[in-house]
Amino acid sequence: MEKFTKLTDTAVPLPIENIDTDQIIPARFLKSTDKKGFGDNVFRDWRFKQNGEVNEDFVLNDPTYSGPILVAGDNFGCGSSREHAAWAIAGYGFKVVISSFFADIFKGNALNNGILPIQVTPEYLKELLALVAEKPQTKLTIDLENQLLSTPAGELEFEIDPYKKVCMINGYDDIDFLISKKDKIEAFELERSF
Amino acid sequence: MAGKTLFDKVWDAHVVDTVPNGPQVLYIDKHLIHEVTSPQAFSELEERGIAVARPDQIVATADHNTPTVDQHLPVRDVLSRNQLKQLSENCEKHGITLYGLGHKYNGIVHVMAPELGITQPGMTMVCGDSHTSTHGAFGTIAFGIGTSQVAQVFASQCLLLTKPKSLRVNVNGKLKPNVLPKDVILYVISKIGTNAGTGYFCEYAGNVFEEMSMEGRMTVCNMSIEMGARGGMIAPDQTTFDYVQGREFAPENAEWEEKLAYWKTLPTDADAVFDKEYSFDAEDIEPMVTYGTNPGMGIKVTGTIPDKEDVNLDKALAYMNFKKGESLIDKPINYVFIGSCTNSRIEDFRIAADFVKGKQKAPNVNAWLVPGSQQVAKQLVEEGLDKVFTEAGFALRQPGCSACLAMNDDKIPEGEYCVSTSNRNFEGRQGQGARTILASPLMAAATAVAGKITDITKQLN
Repeated sequence: MEKFTKLTDTAVPLPIENIDTDQIIPARFLKSTDKKGFGDNVFRDWRFKQNGEVNEDFVLNDPTYSGPILVAGDNFGCGSSREHAAWAIAGYGFKVVISSFFADIFKGNALNNGILPIQVTPEYLKELLALVAEKPQTKLTIDLENQLLSTPAGELEFEIDPYKKVCMINGYDDIDFLISKKDKIEAFELERSF
Repeated sequence: MAGKTLFDKVWDAHVVDTVPNGPQVLYIDKHLIHEVTSPQAFSELEERGIAVARPDQIVATADHNTPTVDQHLPVRDVLSRNQLKQLSENCEKHGITLYGLGHKYNGIVHVMAPELGITQPGMTMVCGDSHTSTHGAFGTIAFGIGTSQVAQVFASQCLLLTKPKSLRVNVNGKLKPNVLPKDVILYVISKIGTNAGTGYFCEYAGNVFEEMSMEGRMTVCNMSIEMGARGGMIAPDQTTFDYVQGREFAPENAEWEEKLAYWKTLPTDADAVFDKEYSFDAEDIEPMVTYGTNPGMGIKVTGTIPDKEDVNLDKALAYMNFKKGESLIDKPINYVFIGSCTNSRIEDFRIAADFVKGKQKAPNVNAWLVPGSQQVAKQLVEEGLDKVFTEAGFALRQPGCSACLAMNDDKIPEGEYCVSTSNRNFEGRQGQGARTILASPLMAAATAVAGKITDITKQLN
């Protein structure tokens, strides 16, 4: 997994609520057996019309907005457990997603792929969405070590599971950790009473 | 000290270790896999030179990306065929039991595992599919995981997790006629919303769930994820034990007695406290339909679409081509889907068959009836339900996830409405531009006969 420490860059506003993983990556693109290439189809049916034409109205097709930070509406990533959604977000180049709420499975999948999900209050999200929409050149800084999200308007401390923070900063994943517990797992299997 | 919940009891019995101020290592009893979310996990292990830790605790099926016609022929779609081939090769290589296409036990992962007795009370179960919550109907901690976690379970038979908060949904009272388990859960989600359960594990309690069949309980638990909860559980009771006993992989004799005694200790203690609790009256529930683009956008079939200022509602209605304040009754419908891990069990087809018996499918309707497994398909024939459907003008297809997520050729065309017994009405879920209306198998059958949405509360059947 790629390490994440600090990032300063512009953001893309996507003020839609309940963005489900079928929108992030439609099921018809789940036929691949590796993790590559999903970024090409992220938000496919919003980026392109049925006839394949580019949908000029969608924010990812608007050259005004760019950057590795996605600021999205409430309850981001709900629905299917498909990790392909996280691979698509990462594949497109997003490293951070900011929302007022994340669905559980997506949040875990994001963290397991080096994407940092930052949860903020609905009020803060509203202001941030307005800020990046109105001033697309605005740079945000995300400092994972100090858990700080900085904008020209000020600093905000965000929360992250301490274990996951260590994983993100060092690029570790859970497999290494779980394998290190092999003896305990085997002892558990022998001792369990049912 | 307050008592323990069903969830606490099962969770605590599976904790291998606790990271100080961090997550816990949870032991997983059964790991179900399918062709779509496992290949990258197998690759991950191979790249790192790690073996599958407990292949005998993994069961595989092919379901998401399989055709529902001509399953005896090679799969036409090259990518799908490759995905299925990889699953076979991976299972072969790692010594994992696979119920592939055409096998007598093949079926949708959440239909086949319970009917084989693989799912048992008190277990921890995972699968790379969010509707793994289905198995909670047995008093099992069962939840969907991402592919990185599939790899973690392969590598260690464990997951690193933070214990979720507890939520209880109580429904008590007497359900009205023609109100099915699907209506109960659609009603609950319409009341509490699609993220009320996020961060929680849900328990369903009350006489309504106690009186449900296992099939009905599975329908309810299946949709826990649609209110954001990673899983939903129902306390195991005699209904559960009767269902499990005698199934292919159920314990027998002394082992059965031992496990049964343990399972009986699992229900939530009377003095247990939940972090959040909701209660509903069964009498208030009516047959439900959804009008929008998430499962929380549901109304009673006799009701009208909410008339309020909300950009999300506007967006959903623009997609669905519905108007605020209107009723869905009499809306012409050209597609009906009875299937998916929510409603493709024998009971669902019995309900549909009971309604369509002696009637005819409306000529405008394309109805796809997709049993959840080979066993359900076989049972349909044994009970003569296939004839009922054929005589009414319906054709049964072969088992699989089918039009629930439209990964295969079973896609609803752009702009068309589909009354569907599945679990998600997201934009494009059933095909690009397709418009999904979630409902019970009875509502779906009634729609197929009428060719439009009907008020089932007025049907005498």
